[in-house]
Amino acid sequence: MSVKVYIPTPFRRLTGNRTFVDADGSDVVGVLTDLEQRFPGFGEMVFTEDRQILDHVNVYVNNHEIRSLEGAETTVSDGDEVSVIPAIAGGEALAPEEVERYSRHIIMDQVGPMGQRKIKSGKVLVVGAGGLGSPVLVYLAAAGVGTLGIVDFDVVDASNLQRQIIHGTSDIGRPKVDSAADRIADINPNVNVVKHNEPLTSENAMEVMGQYDVIVNGADNFATRYLVNDASYLLDKHLVDGSIFLFEGQVTTFFPGEGCYRCLYPSPPPPGMVPSCAEAGVLGVLPGTVGAIQATEVIKLLLELGEPLKNRLLLYDALAMEFRTVKIQRDTACPLCGEAPTVTELIDYEEFCGSPFHEGPLASDN
Amino acid sequence: MRDPWQATTKPGGDWVSREGRRSDVAIQVRIPSMLLKFTDGEKLLQYDSPNVGALLSSIERDHPGIGHQLMEDGELRRFVNIFLNDEDIRFMDKMETELNDGDVLAILPALAGGC
Repeated sequence: MSVKVYIPTPFRRLTGNRTFVDADGSDVVGVLTDLEQRFPGFGEMVFTEDRQILDHVNVYVNNHEIRSLEGAETTVSDGDEVSVIPAIAGGEALAPEEVERYSRHIIMDQVGPMGQRKIKSGKVLVVGAGGLGSPVLVYLAAAGVGTLGIVDFDVVDASNLQRQIIHGTSDIGRPKVDSAADRIADINPNVNVVKHNEPLTSENAMEVMGQYDVIVNGADNFATRYLVNDASYLLDKHLVDGSIFLFEGQVTTFFPGEGCYRCLYPSPPPPGMVPSCAEAGVLGVLPGTVGAIQATEVIKLLLELGEPLKNRLLLYDALAMEFRTVKIQRDTACPLCGEAPTVTELIDYEEFCGSPFHEGPLASDN
Repeated sequence: MRDPWQATTKPGGDWVSREGRRSDVAIQVRIPSMLLKFTDGEKLLQYDSPNVGALLSSIERDHPGIGHQLMEDGELRRFVNIFLNDEDIRFMDKMETELNDGDVLAILPALAGGC
């Protein structure tokens, strides 16, 4: 019987860097023995001295873990796919349900089981469960990010539902963190949701944000936007920033020390000069597009894959249906990440922006 | 079916302004949504100007009030960026940054919203 065997990254040096190899055998132990004979060193990676499969190695036949089948004696047929998945430091093994759930990720060379475990190990904080936060949370939950923090202290309002797809009509009046957590639990019960039902402030930001690997900015006001920027830099965290207005969006990914929001926009506008979405409106689909791009950036960061939107600002114009990027860079005179920083700890952002941490009179438009 | 875009596009997709000028000459200026109220909804302006500062003066002359949104005491406001092609003029020669035919300027104010 000839089967296709998925070789995980740490074993690929044994197989000439091939991701898939064909192997012969009538059962799992036969297939592994065939590989052992053809690829020196493979045997000791999977077998104990008395020929048992090592405890930290999971084997899947067509995405079913063999312990749920017949173990090492699980029979294989022509065309079956066998995956050999060792546990790696910092990554929890995937349960059979997860292997099936994430199969469209796992079959991609660029992700694979190891990549999926990196996603599972990821801890991502989403600031704002509103227009941008909704699609970000939905996609990151579906993708299997292990821990999702949500910062929001609003309740769901009817006027949110035109765009905030994580909330539903039956959620009106509920705290957004509760509504979002319930939706996430339905999409993917494997996700650990951490609810921060409070405003992010200079007092709590370092502690809240410090628990995460990647920060996603979906804030609806300048005070929070600068707070999140400064805390991300001071905590040495990647920040995926997005903002929207009417029919336009801006997205970029800040790497600590390589430019920040203050390098791009040194100061906020005077209060009242730049209208908010609540005052001016926003196309309901717009945050979906921009948020999906932010979620893409997060997954790429967790996988350490591709080219992040680093030092690039992506501009989206929904009316022209046009995407453009402009170059952005670290400003050596930046008060936060420049050469002579004056902002070395969190400041009073409401004073800095002349506006509160909350946008306008509509308390629910976050 | 009536094509509501017929007036502003032509086959092949080249954008032309309402006056019928082609967009590939002179300097194009992209106006962000936030400032369209000053330009009567015009998203793409065209000017011949030697540098950014002169160009902004021309825009203010034609669209009074827009200058106050962009400038303060002769300097670009710190929440507004202007990109020449894809470079931030703050890292070039700022208001003295030279312009040439075919250049595209994009005005980008900070956006608050995650909304």
